Amino acid sequence: MDALILARMQFAANITFHILFPTITIALGWVLLFFRWRWLMSQRSGDMAHAQGWLDAYRFWTKVFALSFALGVVSGVTMSFQFGTNWPGFMEQVGNIAGPLLAYEVLTAFFLEAGFLGVMLFGHGRVSERVHLMATFFVALGTTLSAFWILALNSWMQTPAGHEVRGGVYHVSSWLEVIFNPSFPYRLTHMLLASALTCAFLLTGLSAWKVLKGVAQRSAPRVMRVGLTMAALLVPLQIFVGDLHGLNTLKHQPAKIAAMEGVWETQRGAPLLLFAVPDAERRMNHFEIAVPKLASLILTHQLDGQVQGMNDFINAHPPPLPVFFAFRIMIGMGLLMLATSWLGWWLLRRKRWQPAQLPRKLLWLFAGMTFSGWVATVAGWYVTEIGRQPFIVQGLVRTADVVAQVPAPMVGLTLALYMTLYLALTVAYIAVLKYMAEKPETPRPVDAGSPSLLQGARP
Amino acid sequence: MTPMDFDQALPVIFMALMGLSMLVYVVSDGYDLGVGMLMHRASDADKDVMLASIGPFWDANETWLVLGVGILLVAFPKAHGLVLGELYLPVTLMLVGLILRGVAFDFRVKARDTHKLTWDRLFFAGSLLASVAQGWMLGRYVSGFGVGWNYPLFAAAIAVALPMAYVLMGAAWLIMKTEGELQERAVAWARIAWAPMVGGLVLISMATPWVSPTVRERWFALPELIALMAIPLMTAGCLLAVRALLHTRQVRGPLCWLPFVLLVLVFVLGFLGLAYSLYPYVVLDQLTIWDAASSPEALKVILVGVCISVPAIAGYTVFSYRVFRGKTGELKYA
Repeated sequence: MDALILARMQFAANITFHILFPTITIALGWVLLFFRWRWLMSQRSGDMAHAQGWLDAYRFWTKVFALSFALGVVSGVTMSFQFGTNWPGFMEQVGNIAGPLLAYEVLTAFFLEAGFLGVMLFGHGRVSERVHLMATFFVALGTTLSAFWILALNSWMQTPAGHEVRGGVYHVSSWLEVIFNPSFPYRLTHMLLASALTCAFLLTGLSAWKVLKGVAQRSAPRVMRVGLTMAALLVPLQIFVGDLHGLNTLKHQPAKIAAMEGVWETQRGAPLLLFAVPDAERRMNHFEIAVPKLASLILTHQLDGQVQGMNDFINAHPPPLPVFFAFRIMIGMGLLMLATSWLGWWLLRRKRWQPAQLPRKLLWLFAGMTFSGWVATVAGWYVTEIGRQPFIVQGLVRTADVVAQVPAPMVGLTLALYMTLYLALTVAYIAVLKYMAEKPETPRPVDAGSPSLLQGARP
Repeated sequence: MTPMDFDQALPVIFMALMGLSMLVYVVSDGYDLGVGMLMHRASDADKDVMLASIGPFWDANETWLVLGVGILLVAFPKAHGLVLGELYLPVTLMLVGLILRGVAFDFRVKARDTHKLTWDRLFFAGSLLASVAQGWMLGRYVSGFGVGWNYPLFAAAIAVALPMAYVLMGAAWLIMKTEGELQERAVAWARIAWAPMVGGLVLISMATPWVSPTVRERWFALPELIALMAIPLMTAGCLLAVRALLHTRQVRGPLCWLPFVLLVLVFVLGFLGLAYSLYPYVVLDQLTIWDAASSPEALKVILVGVCISVPAIAGYTVFSYRVFRGKTGELKYA
């Protein structure tokens, strides 16, 4: 394999591993703030049993947050190096645009979250209730801001705008156009919702595991209700936003859509391929199972709408096979999430929000879907990132032109090193979450110990 | 030298910012890497206290590395590619080390008890690997990635000396943050680490002019030499003061913070010396900061963000250190 493919694989391995954890923490930060707020409210109203439930939930999920955040930080440090080690030409050409966006991410977001994380995790009892709530808020804000900047950069790479070229180097002509480039609002919303859904299924799944293991006391029923409600509300919204995002892509990156749908020849009334094996060598599909005209209907909202094919973009369209399948995995997972969340919410409501009363098969389904958000999110990112190839900046800069001149064996060696490490850590992460969920909740009573609790109870 | 206009001064400002981030990184992650490398000498109870002492800080400490490398990336893109291309393997090893220690830190308290020892070992190993790799990288960078038998030797010497410096910092941090038996042990560790650290520093100070003619000319010219002597003399003073303090009773009591502060001063002085050696190169003898810099427009946009956010970052860093000031107690989530 050549160094370009290896460099891409290495970068993909890193960014795949990295995105797993921000996907959880972006939304979990706000969920923690919600738990915290519910605890304060129920404490004020004097309902101590209720309050304890929210506090237990907050404590358990803070640990999950800490672990996920740590993995996000260390893999994020790796990312900041790999721009230079793998794609030195990228920053040389578009550094004037990408640089400030990355700098703002580090300055506004990374530090905000890392700075207040210590106070949020360990500061309870050392600072007042209000300051602690503020620290939690800043951590949540930091993770979201981080997503804002990095998605602004990624979207600019997909749909560049607001730039001019002087002497082979890209310069900014309008920062507003760079940041709010055509695909940015869609991508940001799509990703924030993806994070919320990943978090919702994690909440639901681990709570179901607690119920199955018989260790669910106070927190699990509340958390599962929050998780299922979030999922039931947001999955339909995500499907709607995803459709808008797709239409935006059709307008700005038609080659990506062609690969996603496996369309070779430009045609009116294009069929939707439920299954196919696109063959880039022979420029055709094998084993097609198609629904006539449906792709045109979905993409153009007209039965006879025209869909451009990959043959219009010779040497400028992505490899169809991975894009085609990743897209179907994302969609399939999304539909499964829709069915699970609606069925689950409805049944749980009928059981008066007592998950222990639910059929065990349903609990097993929830537990099995714990990391379904990861699958959908990663598949979605593969669609959008591989779908941008062979460009690193759509239509402007080719990936092959910016790759580092590092010998292939060296890239291969470090790739193997990273892959081993990431696989081991992902396994360890899942195993530890499972173990944490199985441990019985130790009842730390509300009215003993922590002085800040009493402060919070004061009117 | 002709006076610079603002556009020409921008790369200098960013070089200073990058240097500052790297300095804050080396000092702050230095002590927590040092604590990590002392782990294997500690008892189980001590380990919990040692980790609790760095628990609230390590995330933010590592973020300075992201900022430093980030500035290199965004302000000096040509240098970023050159430097990280040269240091491809050690960068990977450092990152593997940082990943291992970062996650081990969180995993050890959450995993089942039988796995705790494994995570502790990984925490130690990761800290050591990251420190050694950083030393090697520093050695290669300072000597401008020179080719020849003496350059790798020089880098290897720093790869030993820098971890020792971190260990000394870590021990001084523990002297400040702990009490009783563990503090007593930290004093003993500091005494052991002092000599190799000083030896390494002397070696580097003598070897740098030897491997680099550019640096030699900058330092050994009159009358600059006389003014510059302040740096090594003050460094020597600080280090001797640390040595003397470690034998006093006060270091266990009211002066427990002093060795740490003096060591921070040593790092600052070392950094100033290094900055004087390198300026105006971002890669010694190859690339000046003006050759490597991004466009003035881009740098100005970043500078606005820096001017707003760096004071805020400084503010809440101080706040966090104040919240967790004093001797370390038990660390509990929320």
